[in-house]
Amino acid sequence: MYTSLAAAIADAESRGLTLSAVALEAESLDHGRPIAEIRAVLGRALAVMREAVARGAAGDLRSASGLVGGDAAKLRDGPAGPLSGTPFRDVLMRALAVQEVNAAMGVIVAAPTAGGAGVLPAVLTGLADARGIGDDALIDALATAGLIGAVVAERASLSGAEGGCQAETGAAAGMAAGAAVEMLGGSPAQCGHAVALAQQGTLGLVCDPLGGLVELPCVFRNATGSAIALAAIEMALAGIEFAIPADEVIDTMGQIGREMDVRYRETAGGGLAATPTGRRLARERLVMIKRSAT
Amino acid sequence: MVSILDIIGPVMVGPSSSHTAGACRLGLLARNLVDGTPQRAHVELHGSFARTGEGHGTDKAIAGGLLGFRPDDDRLRTALEIAEGEGLDYTFTKTKLGEENEVHPNTVRITVERDGRTAVMTGSSLGAGRIVVSEIDGYPVEVHADLHTIVLVAEDIPGSIARITTLLAEDGVNIATIRVSRRRRGGDAFMVIEVDEPPGDDVRAHIAVLSWVRWVRRLEKVNA
Repeated sequence: MYTSLAAAIADAESRGLTLSAVALEAESLDHGRPIAEIRAVLGRALAVMREAVARGAAGDLRSASGLVGGDAAKLRDGPAGPLSGTPFRDVLMRALAVQEVNAAMGVIVAAPTAGGAGVLPAVLTGLADARGIGDDALIDALATAGLIGAVVAERASLSGAEGGCQAETGAAAGMAAGAAVEMLGGSPAQCGHAVALAQQGTLGLVCDPLGGLVELPCVFRNATGSAIALAAIEMALAGIEFAIPADEVIDTMGQIGREMDVRYRETAGGGLAATPTGRRLARERLVMIKRSAT
Repeated sequence: MVSILDIIGPVMVGPSSSHTAGACRLGLLARNLVDGTPQRAHVELHGSFARTGEGHGTDKAIAGGLLGFRPDDDRLRTALEIAEGEGLDYTFTKTKLGEENEVHPNTVRITVERDGRTAVMTGSSLGAGRIVVSEIDGYPVEVHADLHTIVLVAEDIPGSIARITTLLAEDGVNIATIRVSRRRRGGDAFMVIEVDEPPGDDVRAHIAVLSWVRWVRRLEKVNA
């Protein structure tokens, strides 16, 4: 697989191909698997993503602690806001839905991780459904997202424990932005700018889950991460270029992650987890979970 | 080499790849050691598994693995209730399996018993659903379960490796990796063999009858 987006973009542009095409080709060569088989696996992932969106949108799920659940349904049925009736609100709803399913021990696709699993399905299926784009293009988009995630894994990290939330929902936003730009007809170079635009907006984002649980703020970080992805998509498709190449933005994310204090890397030692309310809620809810387990 | 299918996956029951999916895989491996759902299981949780395990469903995921459920099986959520129905008598305790810097924070020791056979396994969940089994029945091992694995302890005699590899070849099993270690010359030799095809019951039987093989276990691969 490619370890640089610049190399993948150059390959695709020189051959008149999409990023998904060169990604699928590289994956096939690396692992000796036919492209049709790889696409079939991605197709199953897409089906699970869609099921998670539908399951979460129903609104009847609660997490182990009871701290999250039911908010996706508020975006679907609740009072209108300035973005009602737009794909934007629908994407936010889908991000919350998938992450509420995850928190309630439902089935999700860890793409790139379980904690950041809401962004990709929200942005990709949300925009595809709004535009009447079919599953073949969505499967290609997942391949492009996989390529971007592979580059991030290689150059930086996809783990909140290693790099904070910028490595989970931040990376997910970059993956979703680049993939969606291809799905909506952008060039490989525009995909690169979308990745850079999304990830520059999440640099430094800490991982600070209450009580160490993948619930709060994780569920909402997936919605705000999706919003950043949408902003990046809109800008990249408008022809806006980000001066720092995506690879260097990704490298920066890795560097910040390595320098990030351990309190901000999934340990619940800092950030929102360490606020007075965060500590109180974690204490109360963990006691409640223990009681219900016995 | 990173695969795009590792990035877009695994499909799993939430909420955590390390505390839920990895924990389930460890349960599946412990089940493997007694060839089916154990009647009794004692699960000792260490570190972060002990501290935040309940909130992440680590207990349910391990019980689900012991019942043979895979990480993407939504029955994991109700695995503790199902275990009671299936006659799996389980206990969970929190323990300290070693010093913080020596033992991985997500580590568990599982003791399983089925039809009079017992096995004890210690393993850790490394993140992103990846796991390592570090000890089986008191023997130190390193099994990642990405491939089918045979672990065995044999007397350190000339030709033992050749005999084992020949047996596997005769049964049509291709070896991917093999590691042999021993504590001292003439002491027990320890073999961890990763193979491409699932080794059948006959393979294990053929190895187990060798008089110089003290102990052999087969672990099926459990994909994340």
